[in-house]
Amino acid sequence: MTKKKTAKWVHKDLLGLEYLSREDIELLLDTAESFREILGRKIKKVPALRGKTVVNLFYEPSTRTRVSFEVAAKRLSADVINIAVESSSVRKGETLNDTGKNIEALKADIIVVRHNCSGAATMLARNVNVSVINAGDGWHEHPTQALLDMFTLRKKTGKLEGLNVSIAGDIAHSRVARSNIWGLTKFGAKVTVCAPKILIPPGIERMGVKVTDNIDEALREADAINILRMQFERDDMKAFPSQLEYFKSFGITEERLKKAKKDIIVMHPGPINRGVEISSEVADGGNSVILEQVTNGIAVRMAVLFWVSQVKDKGTSIP
Amino acid sequence: MSLKQVFTKEEIERSITRISHEIIENNKGVKELVVVGIRTRGYVLAERIAKGINNLYGTRLDVGALDITFYRDDLSAISEQPVIHNTEIDFDIENKNIVLVDDVLYTGRTIRCALDALIDFGRPRTIQLAVLIDRGHRELPIRADYVGKNIPTSQKELVQVKFQEIDNEDSVTIEETQDDKEENSKMGS
Repeated sequence: MTKKKTAKWVHKDLLGLEYLSREDIELLLDTAESFREILGRKIKKVPALRGKTVVNLFYEPSTRTRVSFEVAAKRLSADVINIAVESSSVRKGETLNDTGKNIEALKADIIVVRHNCSGAATMLARNVNVSVINAGDGWHEHPTQALLDMFTLRKKTGKLEGLNVSIAGDIAHSRVARSNIWGLTKFGAKVTVCAPKILIPPGIERMGVKVTDNIDEALREADAINILRMQFERDDMKAFPSQLEYFKSFGITEERLKKAKKDIIVMHPGPINRGVEISSEVADGGNSVILEQVTNGIAVRMAVLFWVSQVKDKGTSIP
Repeated sequence: MSLKQVFTKEEIERSITRISHEIIENNKGVKELVVVGIRTRGYVLAERIAKGINNLYGTRLDVGALDITFYRDDLSAISEQPVIHNTEIDFDIENKNIVLVDDVLYTGRTIRCALDALIDFGRPRTIQLAVLIDRGHRELPIRADYVGKNIPTSQKELVQVKFQEIDNEDSVTIEETQDDKEENSKMGS
Protein backbone atom coordinates (compact mmCIF):
# COMPACT_ATOMS: atom_id res chain seq x y z
CA MET A 1 0.00 0.00 0.00
CA THR A 2 1.51 3.31 -1.02
CA LYS A 3 1.05 6.32 1.14
CA LYS A 4 0.71 9.68 -0.56
CA LYS A 5 1.81 12.86 1.11
CA THR A 6 -1.38 14.80 1.59
CA ALA A 7 -1.83 18.49 2.18
CA LYS A 8 -2.95 19.85 5.51
CA TRP A 9 -6.25 21.54 4.75
CA VAL A 10 -6.30 25.05 6.26
CA HIS A 11 -8.89 26.91 4.20
CA LYS A 12 -11.99 28.14 5.99
CA ASP A 13 -13.46 29.07 2.61
CA LEU A 14 -13.34 27.90 -0.97
CA LEU A 15 -13.23 31.08 -3.02
CA GLY A 16 -11.32 30.05 -6.13
CA LEU A 17 -8.79 27.57 -7.45
CA GLU A 18 -6.29 30.40 -7.90
CA TYR A 19 -5.73 30.38 -4.14
CA LEU A 20 -5.30 26.62 -3.74
CA SER A 21 -2.13 24.58 -4.13
CA ARG A 22 -1.95 21.49 -6.27
CA GLU A 23 -1.84 19.42 -3.06
CA ASP A 24 -5.02 21.09 -1.79
CA ILE A 25 -6.79 20.23 -5.03
CA GLU A 26 -5.48 16.67 -4.94
CA LEU A 27 -6.85 16.25 -1.41
CA LEU A 28 -10.28 17.44 -2.58
CA LEU A 29 -10.26 15.13 -5.61
CA ASP A 30 -9.12 12.13 -3.54
CA THR A 31 -11.79 12.79 -0.93
CA ALA A 32 -14.38 13.15 -3.69
CA GLU A 33 -13.34 9.67 -4.84
CA SER A 34 -14.46 8.28 -1.47
CA PHE A 35 -17.74 10.17 -1.65
CA ARG A 36 -18.30 8.96 -5.21
CA GLU A 37 -18.32 5.42 -3.84
CA ILE A 38 -20.92 6.39 -1.21
CA LEU A 39 -23.20 7.68 -4.01
CA GLY A 40 -23.27 4.14 -5.40
CA ARG A 41 -24.60 2.62 -2.19
CA LYS A 42 -28.17 1.81 -1.32
CA ILE A 43 -28.06 4.30 1.55
CA LYS A 44 -26.24 7.28 0.07
CA LYS A 45 -25.71 9.13 3.29
CA VAL A 46 -23.01 9.53 5.94
CA PRO A 47 -23.22 11.46 9.21
CA ALA A 48 -20.06 13.56 8.72
CA LEU A 49 -21.85 16.97 8.87
CA ARG A 50 -24.60 16.01 11.29
CA GLY A 51 -25.74 19.04 13.26
CA LYS A 52 -24.26 21.55 10.80
CA THR A 53 -26.31 23.98 8.76
CA VAL A 54 -25.57 24.89 5.17
CA VAL A 55 -27.22 27.96 3.64
CA ASN A 56 -27.48 28.26 -0.13
CA LEU A 57 -27.56 31.98 -0.94
CA PHE A 58 -28.15 32.45 -4.64
CA TYR A 59 -28.29 35.89 -6.24
CA GLU A 60 -28.38 34.41 -9.75
CA PRO A 61 -30.71 31.80 -11.14
CA SER A 62 -29.22 28.33 -10.91
CA THR A 63 -30.82 24.95 -10.74
CA ARG A 64 -28.01 22.52 -11.26
CA THR A 65 -25.41 24.02 -8.94
CA ARG A 66 -27.88 24.79 -6.17
CA VAL A 67 -29.49 21.36 -6.29
CA SER A 68 -26.06 19.74 -6.45
CA PHE A 69 -24.93 21.60 -3.32
CA GLU A 70 -28.22 20.76 -1.63
CA VAL A 71 -27.91 17.05 -2.42
CA ALA A 72 -24.25 17.08 -1.36
CA ALA A 73 -25.04 18.71 2.00
CA LYS A 74 -27.93 16.33 2.64
CA ARG A 75 -25.78 13.28 1.81
CA LEU A 76 -23.49 14.51 4.59
CA SER A 77 -26.48 14.79 6.98
CA ALA A 78 -26.30 18.60 7.20
CA ASP A 79 -29.43 20.73 7.39
CA VAL A 80 -29.92 22.84 4.27
CA ILE A 81 -31.67 26.16 3.88
CA ASN A 82 -32.15 27.70 0.45
CA ILE A 83 -32.45 31.44 0.08
CA ALA A 84 -33.60 32.58 -3.33
CA VAL A 85 -32.93 36.26 -3.53
CA GLU A 86 -36.13 37.05 -5.43
CA SER A 87 -38.13 36.24 -2.31
CA SER A 88 -35.79 37.62 0.35
CA SER A 89 -35.14 40.91 2.07
CA VAL A 90 -32.41 41.64 -0.46
CA ARG A 91 -35.35 42.93 -2.45
CA LYS A 92 -35.82 45.41 0.36
CA GLY A 93 -32.30 46.73 -0.05
CA GLU A 94 -30.22 44.59 2.30
CA THR A 95 -26.54 44.35 1.37
CA LEU A 96 -24.68 41.10 0.84
CA ASN A 97 -22.64 41.66 4.01
CA ASP A 98 -25.71 42.31 6.11
CA THR A 99 -27.41 39.24 4.72
CA GLY A 100 -24.27 37.26 5.52
CA LYS A 101 -24.10 38.57 9.08
CA ASN A 102 -27.74 37.67 9.60
CA ILE A 103 -27.20 34.16 8.32
CA GLU A 104 -24.28 33.90 10.71
CA ALA A 105 -26.46 35.12 13.58
CA LEU A 106 -28.86 32.31 12.69
CA LYS A 107 -25.95 29.99 13.59
CA ALA A 108 -25.37 28.57 10.16
CA ASP A 109 -21.96 26.94 9.58
CA ILE A 110 -21.43 27.26 5.84
CA ILE A 111 -22.73 29.77 3.29
CA VAL A 112 -22.73 28.72 -0.35
CA VAL A 113 -22.99 31.90 -2.40
CA ARG A 114 -23.59 32.64 -6.04
CA HIS A 115 -23.46 36.27 -7.12
CA ASN A 116 -23.29 38.19 -10.37
CA CYS A 117 -20.43 40.38 -9.11
CA SER A 118 -16.86 39.14 -9.35
CA GLY A 119 -15.30 39.05 -5.89
CA ALA A 120 -18.62 38.84 -4.01
CA ALA A 121 -17.72 35.56 -2.28
CA THR A 122 -14.34 36.90 -1.19
CA MET A 123 -15.89 40.03 0.25
CA LEU A 124 -18.44 37.97 2.15
CA ALA A 125 -15.73 35.64 3.47
CA ARG A 126 -13.83 38.61 4.89
CA ASN A 127 -16.89 39.81 6.75
CA VAL A 128 -18.25 36.64 8.32
CA ASN A 129 -16.63 33.97 10.46
CA VAL A 130 -18.58 31.08 8.99
CA SER A 131 -17.22 29.22 5.96
CA VAL A 132 -18.01 30.63 2.54
CA ILE A 133 -18.06 28.52 -0.61
CA ASN A 134 -18.07 30.32 -3.94
CA ALA A 135 -20.71 28.81 -6.23
CA GLY A 136 -19.84 31.28 -8.99
CA ASP A 137 -19.05 34.99 -8.77
CA GLY A 138 -19.47 37.11 -11.88
CA TRP A 139 -16.78 36.38 -14.44
CA HIS A 140 -14.27 35.48 -11.75
CA GLU A 141 -14.38 31.83 -10.59
CA HIS A 142 -16.64 28.83 -10.23
CA PRO A 143 -14.27 26.55 -8.35
CA THR A 144 -16.54 23.55 -7.72
CA GLN A 145 -17.41 23.32 -11.42
CA ALA A 146 -13.72 23.22 -12.33
CA LEU A 147 -13.08 20.66 -9.59
CA LEU A 148 -15.78 18.38 -10.94
CA ASP A 149 -14.44 18.80 -14.47
CA MET A 150 -10.97 17.86 -13.24
CA PHE A 151 -12.37 14.98 -11.21
CA THR A 152 -14.20 13.64 -14.27
CA LEU A 153 -11.07 13.99 -16.42
CA ARG A 154 -8.86 12.31 -13.84
CA LYS A 155 -11.34 9.46 -13.44
CA LYS A 156 -11.47 8.93 -17.21
CA THR A 157 -7.78 9.25 -18.02
CA GLY A 158 -6.04 8.44 -14.74
CA LYS A 159 -4.04 11.64 -14.62
CA LEU A 160 -4.10 15.35 -15.41
CA GLU A 161 -0.40 15.88 -16.12
CA GLY A 162 0.31 16.49 -19.78
CA LEU A 163 -3.34 16.23 -20.77
CA ASN A 164 -4.43 18.43 -23.68
CA VAL A 165 -7.63 20.16 -22.67
CA SER A 166 -9.43 22.61 -24.94
CA ILE A 167 -12.06 24.98 -23.64
CA ALA A 168 -14.42 26.34 -26.29
CA GLY A 169 -17.09 29.00 -26.10
CA ASP A 170 -17.64 32.28 -24.37
CA ILE A 171 -14.25 32.55 -22.64
CA ALA A 172 -14.63 36.26 -21.87
CA HIS A 173 -17.68 35.89 -19.65
CA SER A 174 -16.83 32.48 -18.26
CA ARG A 175 -15.91 31.88 -14.63
CA VAL A 176 -15.91 28.16 -15.50
CA ALA A 177 -13.12 28.73 -18.02
CA ARG A 178 -11.07 30.75 -15.55
CA SER A 179 -11.35 28.23 -12.72
CA ASN A 180 -10.53 25.38 -15.09
CA ILE A 181 -7.44 27.20 -16.34
CA TRP A 182 -6.21 27.88 -12.79
CA GLY A 183 -6.77 24.29 -11.75
CA LEU A 184 -5.57 22.42 -14.83
CA THR A 185 -2.37 24.43 -15.28
CA LYS A 186 -1.41 23.68 -11.66
CA PHE A 187 -1.35 20.01 -12.66
CA GLY A 188 0.68 20.60 -15.81
CA ALA A 189 -2.20 20.04 -18.22
CA LYS A 190 -1.93 21.92 -21.52
CA VAL A 191 -4.92 24.18 -21.93
CA THR A 192 -6.13 25.73 -25.17
CA VAL A 193 -8.99 28.22 -25.26
CA CYS A 194 -11.05 28.65 -28.40
CA ALA A 195 -13.65 31.31 -29.18
CA PRO A 196 -14.55 33.98 -31.70
CA LYS A 197 -12.01 36.79 -31.29
CA ILE A 198 -14.50 39.12 -29.58
CA LEU A 199 -15.04 36.55 -26.83
CA ILE A 200 -11.37 36.11 -25.96
CA PRO A 201 -10.29 38.45 -23.20
CA PRO A 202 -7.04 40.27 -23.94
CA GLY A 203 -4.07 38.96 -22.00
CA ILE A 204 -5.52 35.51 -21.33
CA GLU A 205 -2.24 33.98 -22.62
CA ARG A 206 -0.66 35.17 -19.39
CA MET A 207 -2.65 32.49 -17.57
CA GLY A 208 -0.51 29.95 -19.43
CA VAL A 209 -2.93 28.90 -22.17
CA LYS A 210 -2.84 28.68 -25.94
CA VAL A 211 -5.41 30.75 -27.82
CA THR A 212 -7.12 29.99 -31.09
CA ASP A 213 -10.25 31.05 -32.94
CA ASN A 214 -10.27 27.89 -35.02
CA ILE A 215 -12.33 25.10 -33.50
CA ASP A 216 -10.76 22.38 -35.66
CA GLU A 217 -7.35 23.39 -34.39
CA ALA A 218 -8.63 23.29 -30.80
CA LEU A 219 -9.96 19.77 -31.40
CA ARG A 220 -6.99 18.29 -33.26
CA GLU A 221 -4.66 17.46 -30.36
CA ALA A 222 -7.23 17.54 -27.58
CA ASP A 223 -7.70 14.69 -25.12
CA ALA A 224 -10.78 16.52 -23.88
CA ILE A 225 -12.96 19.39 -24.99
CA ASN A 226 -14.91 21.41 -22.45
CA ILE A 227 -17.72 23.19 -24.26
CA LEU A 228 -19.13 26.28 -22.60
CA ARG A 229 -22.64 27.54 -23.06
CA MET A 230 -23.04 30.60 -25.27
CA GLN A 231 -24.69 33.23 -23.13
CA PHE A 232 -26.89 34.81 -25.77
CA GLU A 233 -29.16 36.28 -23.12
CA ARG A 234 -26.46 38.80 -22.21
CA ASP A 235 -26.92 42.36 -23.44
CA ASP A 236 -23.42 42.66 -24.84
CA MET A 237 -24.01 39.56 -26.95
CA LYS A 238 -26.54 41.40 -29.09
CA ALA A 239 -23.65 42.36 -31.35
CA PHE A 240 -23.13 38.68 -32.14
CA PRO A 241 -24.48 37.66 -35.55
CA SER A 242 -26.65 34.63 -34.77
CA GLN A 243 -26.84 31.31 -32.94
CA LEU A 244 -26.87 29.44 -36.23
CA GLU A 245 -23.74 31.18 -37.36
CA TYR A 246 -22.01 30.26 -34.14
CA PHE A 247 -23.06 26.64 -34.58
CA LYS A 248 -21.69 26.61 -38.13
CA SER A 249 -18.30 27.99 -37.17
CA PHE A 250 -17.81 26.70 -33.63
CA GLY A 251 -20.47 24.10 -32.82
CA ILE A 252 -19.16 20.66 -31.88
CA THR A 253 -20.62 18.18 -34.36
CA GLU A 254 -19.94 14.54 -35.19
CA GLU A 255 -18.28 15.67 -38.40
CA ARG A 256 -15.83 17.86 -36.48
CA LEU A 257 -15.16 15.12 -33.93
CA LYS A 258 -14.14 12.72 -36.73
CA LYS A 259 -10.99 14.77 -37.14
CA ALA A 260 -10.22 14.68 -33.41
CA LYS A 261 -8.77 11.87 -31.28
CA LYS A 262 -11.11 8.89 -31.32
CA ASP A 263 -11.57 8.77 -27.55
CA ILE A 264 -11.79 12.53 -27.00
CA ILE A 265 -13.77 13.35 -23.86
CA VAL A 266 -16.64 15.76 -24.46
CA MET A 267 -17.62 17.84 -21.45
CA HIS A 268 -20.16 20.60 -20.85
CA PRO A 269 -21.01 22.31 -17.55
CA GLY A 270 -24.65 22.67 -18.61
CA PRO A 271 -27.24 23.78 -19.33
CA ILE A 272 -26.58 22.70 -22.91
CA ASN A 273 -28.02 24.50 -25.91
CA ARG A 274 -28.50 21.81 -28.52
CA GLY A 275 -27.72 23.09 -31.98
CA VAL A 276 -25.83 26.12 -30.69
CA GLU A 277 -22.52 25.09 -29.12
CA ILE A 278 -23.05 21.32 -29.40
CA SER A 279 -25.10 19.05 -31.66
CA SER A 280 -27.59 16.61 -30.15
CA GLU A 281 -25.67 13.64 -31.56
CA VAL A 282 -22.50 14.68 -29.76
CA ALA A 283 -24.27 15.63 -26.52
CA ASP A 284 -25.88 12.17 -26.37
CA GLY A 285 -22.98 10.32 -28.02
CA GLY A 286 -20.39 7.92 -26.71
CA ASN A 287 -17.72 10.56 -26.09
CA SER A 288 -19.96 12.68 -23.93
CA VAL A 289 -19.54 12.58 -20.15
CA ILE A 290 -22.00 15.40 -19.51
CA LEU A 291 -24.28 13.44 -17.18
CA GLU A 292 -21.34 11.81 -15.37
CA GLN A 293 -20.18 15.34 -14.64
CA VAL A 294 -23.46 16.02 -12.88
CA THR A 295 -23.08 12.96 -10.64
CA ASN A 296 -19.41 13.68 -9.97
CA GLY A 297 -20.41 17.23 -9.02
CA ILE A 298 -22.19 15.92 -5.94
CA ALA A 299 -19.10 13.98 -4.80
CA VAL A 300 -16.81 16.98 -5.35
CA ARG A 301 -19.12 19.33 -3.47
CA MET A 302 -19.36 16.84 -0.60
CA ALA A 303 -15.56 16.91 -0.41
CA VAL A 304 -15.50 20.71 -0.33
CA LEU A 305 -18.22 20.93 2.33
CA PHE A 306 -16.45 18.26 4.38
CA TRP A 307 -13.04 19.93 4.39
CA VAL A 308 -14.12 23.53 5.00
CA SER A 309 -16.21 22.28 7.93
CA GLN A 310 -13.10 20.68 9.46
CA VAL A 311 -11.24 23.98 9.81
CA LYS A 312 -11.30 25.17 13.39
CA ASP A 313 -9.30 28.38 13.01
CA LYS A 314 -11.79 30.50 11.14
CA GLY A 315 -9.43 33.39 10.54
CA THR A 316 -7.18 31.88 7.88
CA SER A 317 -6.66 31.82 4.17
CA ILE A 318 -8.68 34.71 2.79
CA PRO A 319 -6.82 36.24 -0.14
CA MET B 1 9.78 6.90 26.60
CA SER B 2 10.12 3.14 26.55
CA LEU B 3 9.16 0.65 23.90
CA LYS B 4 8.08 -2.82 24.91
CA GLN B 5 7.28 -5.66 22.53
CA VAL B 6 4.25 -7.60 23.72
CA PHE B 7 3.48 -9.79 20.73
CA THR B 8 5.94 -11.42 18.36
CA LYS B 9 5.54 -12.43 14.73
CA GLU B 10 4.96 -16.06 15.72
CA GLU B 11 2.41 -15.16 18.36
CA ILE B 12 0.52 -13.00 15.87
CA GLU B 13 0.42 -15.89 13.41
CA ARG B 14 -0.78 -18.34 16.04
CA SER B 15 -3.53 -15.95 17.17
CA ILE B 16 -4.77 -15.49 13.64
CA THR B 17 -4.92 -19.26 13.15
CA ARG B 18 -6.78 -19.69 16.42
CA ILE B 19 -9.24 -16.89 15.59
CA SER B 20 -9.87 -18.51 12.20
CA HIS B 21 -10.77 -21.79 13.93
CA GLU B 22 -12.97 -20.06 16.47
CA ILE B 23 -14.90 -18.24 13.76
CA ILE B 24 -15.65 -21.52 12.00
CA GLU B 25 -16.63 -23.19 15.26
CA ASN B 26 -18.88 -20.35 16.30
CA ASN B 27 -20.62 -20.13 12.93
CA LYS B 28 -20.78 -23.91 12.46
CA GLY B 29 -19.03 -23.61 9.13
CA VAL B 30 -18.46 -20.91 6.56
CA LYS B 31 -21.97 -20.52 5.16
CA GLU B 32 -22.87 -16.89 4.43
CA LEU B 33 -19.63 -15.79 6.08
CA VAL B 34 -17.84 -12.61 4.98
CA VAL B 35 -14.96 -10.68 6.51
CA VAL B 36 -14.77 -6.87 6.65
CA GLY B 37 -11.71 -5.03 7.96
CA ILE B 38 -11.46 -1.45 9.15
CA ARG B 39 -8.86 0.59 7.29
CA THR B 40 -5.94 0.41 7.48
CA ARG B 41 -4.56 -2.38 9.66
CA GLY B 42 -7.91 -3.98 10.37
CA TYR B 43 -8.17 -4.69 6.67
CA VAL B 44 -4.76 -6.34 6.58
CA LEU B 45 -5.80 -8.51 9.52
CA ALA B 46 -9.13 -9.30 7.81
CA GLU B 47 -7.31 -10.57 4.74
CA ARG B 48 -5.10 -12.77 6.89
CA ILE B 49 -8.04 -14.20 8.81
CA ALA B 50 -9.89 -14.90 5.55
CA LYS B 51 -6.77 -16.57 4.19
CA GLY B 52 -6.54 -18.63 7.36
CA ILE B 53 -10.13 -19.85 6.93
CA ASN B 54 -9.65 -20.41 3.19
CA ASN B 55 -6.59 -22.56 3.85
CA LEU B 56 -8.50 -24.67 6.37
CA TYR B 57 -11.71 -25.10 4.38
CA GLY B 58 -10.80 -24.48 0.76
CA THR B 59 -13.23 -21.59 0.58
CA ARG B 60 -12.86 -18.18 -1.02
CA LEU B 61 -14.40 -15.76 1.43
CA ASP B 62 -15.36 -12.26 0.37
CA VAL B 63 -13.22 -9.64 2.08
CA GLY B 64 -14.24 -6.00 2.30
CA ALA B 65 -12.51 -2.83 3.48
CA LEU B 66 -14.29 -0.20 5.51
CA ASP B 67 -13.22 3.42 5.97
CA ILE B 68 -15.09 4.99 8.86
CA THR B 69 -13.82 8.59 8.73
CA PHE B 70 -17.17 10.06 7.69
CA TYR B 71 -18.94 8.22 10.52
CA ARG B 72 -16.79 9.49 13.36
CA ASP B 73 -18.40 11.58 16.08
CA ASP B 74 -15.06 12.89 17.30
CA LEU B 75 -13.70 14.38 14.06
CA SER B 76 -13.46 17.84 15.53
CA ALA B 77 -11.77 16.49 18.67
CA ILE B 78 -8.92 14.89 16.76
CA SER B 79 -5.99 17.20 16.43
CA GLU B 80 -4.54 15.44 13.44
CA GLN B 81 -6.21 15.70 10.04
CA PRO B 82 -8.01 12.47 9.18
CA VAL B 83 -6.64 10.38 6.33
CA ILE B 84 -9.44 9.24 4.08
CA HIS B 85 -9.37 5.89 2.32
CA ASN B 86 -11.94 4.21 0.15
CA THR B 87 -14.51 1.77 1.38
CA GLU B 88 -14.57 -1.33 -0.80
CA ILE B 89 -17.36 -3.77 -0.13
CA ASP B 90 -18.16 -5.29 -3.51
CA PHE B 91 -20.61 -7.89 -2.23
CA ASP B 92 -24.09 -7.94 -0.77
CA ILE B 93 -24.10 -8.09 3.02
CA GLU B 94 -27.83 -8.78 3.29
CA ASN B 95 -28.36 -11.77 5.63
CA LYS B 96 -24.63 -12.46 5.84
CA ASN B 97 -22.64 -13.29 8.93
CA ILE B 98 -20.05 -10.53 9.01
CA VAL B 99 -16.80 -10.80 10.90
CA LEU B 100 -15.76 -7.20 11.52
CA VAL B 101 -12.01 -6.93 12.06
CA ASP B 102 -9.78 -4.31 13.65
CA ASP B 103 -6.26 -4.40 15.04
CA VAL B 104 -6.80 -2.80 18.45
CA LEU B 105 -9.98 -2.52 20.51
CA TYR B 106 -9.79 0.46 22.87
CA THR B 107 -12.63 2.92 23.58
CA GLY B 108 -15.03 1.15 21.21
CA ARG B 109 -15.79 4.34 19.29
CA THR B 110 -14.21 3.12 16.07
CA ILE B 111 -16.35 -0.01 16.26
CA ARG B 112 -19.47 2.07 16.91
CA CYS B 113 -18.73 4.01 13.69
CA ALA B 114 -18.05 0.80 11.81
CA LEU B 115 -21.38 -0.70 12.89
CA ASP B 116 -23.20 2.40 11.61
CA ALA B 117 -21.27 2.26 8.36
CA LEU B 118 -21.90 -1.47 7.85
CA ILE B 119 -25.62 -1.20 8.47
CA ASP B 120 -25.84 1.46 5.75
CA PHE B 121 -24.89 -1.31 3.31
CA GLY B 122 -27.79 -3.57 4.25
CA ARG B 123 -29.08 -5.81 7.01
CA PRO B 124 -26.63 -8.56 7.92
CA ARG B 125 -27.79 -11.58 9.92
CA THR B 126 -25.00 -11.09 12.47
CA ILE B 127 -21.98 -8.89 13.01
CA GLN B 128 -19.18 -10.43 15.04
CA LEU B 129 -16.07 -8.59 16.15
CA ALA B 130 -12.52 -9.89 15.87
CA VAL B 131 -9.50 -7.94 17.15
CA LEU B 132 -5.85 -8.74 17.56
CA ILE B 133 -5.42 -6.74 20.78
CA ASP B 134 -7.99 -5.78 23.40
CA ARG B 135 -6.38 -3.11 25.56
CA GLY B 136 -9.42 -2.23 27.70
CA HIS B 137 -10.74 1.25 28.64
CA ARG B 138 -14.07 0.90 26.85
CA GLU B 139 -16.30 3.98 26.69
CA LEU B 140 -19.21 2.21 25.02
CA PRO B 141 -20.97 -1.13 25.64
CA ILE B 142 -18.97 -3.03 23.01
CA ARG B 143 -17.04 -6.29 23.32
CA ALA B 144 -15.11 -8.52 20.94
CA ASP B 145 -16.15 -12.06 20.00
CA TYR B 146 -12.64 -13.08 19.02
CA VAL B 147 -9.53 -11.66 20.70
CA GLY B 148 -5.89 -12.37 19.85
CA LYS B 149 -4.63 -11.16 23.19
CA ASN B 150 -5.90 -9.12 26.11
CA ILE B 151 -3.29 -6.59 27.12
CA PRO B 152 -4.02 -4.49 30.17
CA THR B 153 -2.75 -0.97 29.53
CA SER B 154 -2.84 2.43 31.06
CA GLN B 155 -4.30 5.27 29.04
CA LYS B 156 -0.88 6.88 28.93
CA GLU B 157 0.38 4.02 26.82
CA LEU B 158 0.26 3.75 23.07
CA VAL B 159 -0.36 0.34 21.51
CA GLN B 160 1.09 0.00 18.06
CA VAL B 161 0.39 -2.92 15.75
CA LYS B 162 2.68 -3.37 12.77
CA PHE B 163 2.03 -5.63 9.82
CA GLN B 164 4.42 -6.87 7.16
CA GLU B 165 2.13 -5.62 4.37
CA ILE B 166 2.34 -1.99 5.52
CA ASP B 167 5.20 -1.66 8.00
CA ASN B 168 7.59 -4.39 6.78
CA GLU B 169 7.38 -6.26 10.08
CA ASP B 170 4.91 -8.08 12.30
CA SER B 171 4.88 -6.86 15.87
CA VAL B 172 2.84 -5.32 18.65
CA THR B 173 4.56 -2.82 20.92
CA ILE B 174 3.52 -0.67 23.85
CA GLU B 175 5.00 2.75 24.17
CA GLU B 176 4.86 4.92 27.26
CA THR B 177 3.93 8.49 26.38
CA GLN B 178 4.14 11.64 28.48
CA ASP B 179 0.63 12.60 27.52
CA ASP B 180 -1.82 11.60 30.18
CA LYS B 181 -4.82 12.27 27.97
CA GLU B 182 -5.88 9.41 25.72
CA GLU B 183 -3.62 9.59 22.73
CA ASN B 184 -5.56 8.40 19.76
CA SER B 185 -3.60 5.49 18.40
CA LYS B 186 -6.16 4.68 15.74
CA MET B 187 -6.58 7.71 13.57
CA GLY B 188 -4.37 8.45 10.65
CA SER B 189 -2.64 5.13 10.91
